[in-house]
Amino acid sequence: MINAIVFGLVGLGMLFAIIRLIKGPTVADRVVTLDTFNVITIGLISLLAFKFENSLFLDVALVYAILAFMETIVFGRYLEGKHGDR
Amino acid sequence: MEIVSQVLLVIGGLFFLLGGLGVLRMPDVFNRIQAGTKATTLGAFALLLGIGFMYPTWFLKVGIIIVFIAISNPIGSSVLAKASYKAQGAPSNVVQDDLKEFLGGTEDVG
Amino acid sequence: MKYVATFLVLLLSYLGLVGLVGSTEQFLQELVLGTVVSLVLTFILANYVNYTIDYKFPVRLLVFVFAYIPVFVWALILANFDVARRVLSPKIPLNPGFVKIKTDLEGDFAKLTLANSITLTPGTLSIDVDGNDIYVHTVDVKGKTPEENKKNISARFEKLLGVIFK
Repeated sequence: MINAIVFGLVGLGMLFAIIRLIKGPTVADRVVTLDTFNVITIGLISLLAFKFENSLFLDVALVYAILAFMETIVFGRYLEGKHGDR
Repeated sequence: MEIVSQVLLVIGGLFFLLGGLGVLRMPDVFNRIQAGTKATTLGAFALLLGIGFMYPTWFLKVGIIIVFIAISNPIGSSVLAKASYKAQGAPSNVVQDDLKEFLGGTEDVG
Repeated sequence: MKYVATFLVLLLSYLGLVGLVGSTEQFLQELVLGTVVSLVLTFILANYVNYTIDYKFPVRLLVFVFAYIPVFVWALILANFDVARRVLSPKIPLNPGFVKIKTDLEGDFAKLTLANSITLTPGTLSIDVDGNDIYVHTVDVKGKTPEENKKNISARFEKLLGVIFK
């Protein structure tokens, strides 16, 4: 019961983020949405640890968090240099 | 303990929903960054604390993830905000722009 | 002192990742292994870090946990209700702007904590730190001068952080 409610809420959040990811008028919108989406995914992986009662999923969530942070920084650098002159 | 845990899990889910909705409905990039970062940070805190209350032996690991998110999520959003400003300039309705003379003028292409 | 600080951070991270599982004997094994691994890593990494601790560190940690964290969490909760209000009734924000505020804090960690706190409080988003200036995007520019903006945005955090990182 509690699983259904929480997974439903988190899934709806991901759905809205994906809608913005597809619609987003500029590249910056898409990158920002990807950042939000990554944090929601960290929460989802932690919820899997809760559901399967297996703490290894928390390690997976931590590694995913580190990779998502690096991904955000790299996309930020890409976006900065995209307009060339600076 | 289970009641506290379940309440925190539902609160976390609600704030993740709010984050997604905020990213979908806010009008420009900087407002989207604000809504997404704040809502998902608090959502992640609440949800991870809920998991920690349910299984107290995992509390240290959960704490490490919380500290990491508390540090990395605002830094990431700052980097993205600066990059968006450099890429597409300020939105058209700002009343004060101190950042322009620091980052140099970029023409408004967004 | 730099070596001690690095060693403590590494050892605490190791023990936190191991968690509280198992018996006392297993915990002692993990403690010994963690000490050895942290010692080796300390001698490799200590030349690249630039933080240190002194004898007042426990006091600072207590102030941080019991004075700063409640203020911060309360501001974060208020910020989220603010976001919820603006999401549910979306209108173009009245007067957004990019303002510059000055900070008196010294040191990278103090500035990082201040910038993160500004990002997670209602209606503001820190964009860049340049020396003693912090550039902030805010949805509602209230003051005209940097001093008024500072009073609105960051004064309450700076008072606490000045005590902690001094």
